[in-house]
Amino acid sequence: MPLLSILFYLFATVLVVSAAMVVTIRNPVKAALFLVLSFFSAACIWMTLEAEFLSIALVLVYVGAVMVLFLFVVMMLDVDIERMREGFARNMPVGALVAGIMVVEFVVVMMSDRFDSQSLPRPVGHGPDYSNTKELGLVLYTDYVFAFEVAGLILLVAIIAAIVLTMRRRPDTRYQSPSEQVKVSKSERLRIVSMPTEKRPEINK
Amino acid sequence: MSWIGTIWDSLPLILQLGIKIGFIVGPLIIAVAYYTLAERKVIAYMHVRVGPNRVGPRGLLQPIADVLKLMFKEMIIPSKSDKYLFLIAPVLAVTPAFAAWAVIPFSGTLVLADIDAGLLYVLALTSMSVYGVIIAGWASNSKYAFLGAMRSAAQIVAYEIAMGFALVGVLMVAGSLNLNTIIQAQSGGLHQWFFLPLFPLFLVYLISGVAETNRAPFDVSEGESEIVAGFHVDYSGMGFAAFFLAEYANMLMISALTVILFLGGWNPPFDFPPFIWLPGVFWFLAKLSLVAFLFLWFRATFPRYRYDQIMRLGWKVFIPVTLIWIAVIGVFKFFTPFGVIFS
Amino acid sequence: MFLAKRFIDTWGLTELVRGLGVTGRYFFKKKFTIQYPEEKTPKSPRFRGLHALRRYPNGEERCIGCKLCEAVCPALAITIDSQEREDGTRRTTRYDIDLFKCIYCGFCEEACPVDSIVLTDIDEYHFESGESGVVTKIDLLSLGDRYEAQIASARQQDSAYR
Repeated sequence: MPLLSILFYLFATVLVVSAAMVVTIRNPVKAALFLVLSFFSAACIWMTLEAEFLSIALVLVYVGAVMVLFLFVVMMLDVDIERMREGFARNMPVGALVAGIMVVEFVVVMMSDRFDSQSLPRPVGHGPDYSNTKELGLVLYTDYVFAFEVAGLILLVAIIAAIVLTMRRRPDTRYQSPSEQVKVSKSERLRIVSMPTEKRPEINK
Repeated sequence: MSWIGTIWDSLPLILQLGIKIGFIVGPLIIAVAYYTLAERKVIAYMHVRVGPNRVGPRGLLQPIADVLKLMFKEMIIPSKSDKYLFLIAPVLAVTPAFAAWAVIPFSGTLVLADIDAGLLYVLALTSMSVYGVIIAGWASNSKYAFLGAMRSAAQIVAYEIAMGFALVGVLMVAGSLNLNTIIQAQSGGLHQWFFLPLFPLFLVYLISGVAETNRAPFDVSEGESEIVAGFHVDYSGMGFAAFFLAEYANMLMISALTVILFLGGWNPPFDFPPFIWLPGVFWFLAKLSLVAFLFLWFRATFPRYRYDQIMRLGWKVFIPVTLIWIAVIGVFKFFTPFGVIFS
Repeated sequence: MFLAKRFIDTWGLTELVRGLGVTGRYFFKKKFTIQYPEEKTPKSPRFRGLHALRRYPNGEERCIGCKLCEAVCPALAITIDSQEREDGTRRTTRYDIDLFKCIYCGFCEEACPVDSIVLTDIDEYHFESGESGVVTKIDLLSLGDRYEAQIASARQQDSAYR
């Protein structure tokens, strides 16, 4: 399949180049945008592997939501590059050590025979009737339903924890409550008073 | 006719696809151009004015004049802007707005890509349209543009969730992510369309759609009276035209999706002769125009929401409503005797 | 009962639907638009448009160079030079009105003792360069000659109220 290979090398090149740009480029906003590009290229590669649900979910969740919030924060920040480079010499050994360990670990994992092309063959192509979404749903809601529910529960706890940590009721802020405003009826606000009409004063008498 | 078929089959696949894409994008651009005219006309009529009527008979050539004007205007790039991102932003706004049309079924057979995860694809592409706005706002290096971009990004992210949940309701009832299958599940007349059993979701989807496209009454990201024009203040000429094109293409897209998901797609409203004689494309486009008209009607009627009200509506009203209705659908589908209501 | 009504009003979006109803009704109403170059709204005889200098029926210019208009002009738009003519009368040698300064208040017309400077009802004119905003005595007199009929009839109609 030459077309598929061409597409793979195209997406893979874009992915690797943009991933490299994420860490090398100075401007944090552009770094975030390159991260978006690399997510998108990864999604395209997944698409060529017939994992259309995962690929679209990657675009939807990471490109469409997570990175938007990320950009939101990064754009608001006023990053001073000079100050960030101040501690470079001091932090360099620790950083290099961590990076070295990661590289070694990665090499060890990738060298093992679990990842060579014999034990990990290219997934076989399916017919046009095959629905990756359906298969995924079937597996997720039968074999792995317990793990799925637990993951959902953990996420729920995370949401509640995030809300509890950040929500403060400050008594001194004044704010409007739209529902209160909408509920108001005429009888609560308006009092009709009957007044006797004044007599017009007589002039020059 | 057969010779056309043989010529068609002899063309390479790429060329065939290209021609098909051309047949969707071409009419789409014309539709967008005339949608802008329709907007000006409809709003004028609701203001008891007549609207543009000078260029061509009854003003029908007005959009062409507008396009020509924008094409020949200079495109100014602010000197302190980020030049590349400034130029990429309009492209990023237009591309998802057009690409999403690939999976829209205009009739039972008239669809470019009849993919299984059609609904997800549309959702993913509409969520990508934020980038055009954000990058434009940031790259312009202007306060107004940045404020507009921030507002619109927060708004789009908030309403996307409610919109996604409304879609979950639809696919629970239809049992498929394929747009054509969803439409087929609604065949059999008006009473079978999903807007009846899913009425709250229908309203939520419609209103979120208006918010998602940054249209009045949710147009705080443009907010002419406060932040001039929001994220596209610094754009002129073709850059401005691209944003305009994207906005209106997105409006038509949301209209098309509303029709597909809730109003029966290309199904005729009644399942007996005078109605089923007309082709599916006609019914699809008729319903699409109706929903697109609603967008204009809203703009002519409702004053702009305050920003905190928009956020409150999105997070505190729409998301709970959709969640409750999804639960209701689940309960009804589980207890089969009543499952008939959600066919 | 009240609660039920409020519930229906809130979730049925009744107020929004009523708002849509109003604009929907106006959609079909008769339009007020006046197609400007072809159709025009009627003008009052008191309309204050472009200026003109009038003449007496015998062709003599009315202006006597008293400079009252120059004095009263709040925008300082009028510039007048005057000299004695051969027949011993005082006449203007220069009478310029800067139309960019003019605010069309009509005070010059009120101040004029001989009804010479008047404001016509011409409101459709333009300039193609910056300096052409100043109209000179010759221009003003020719305007007066050209639109004398309209000027006279407007003064005639308004005379009952002055």
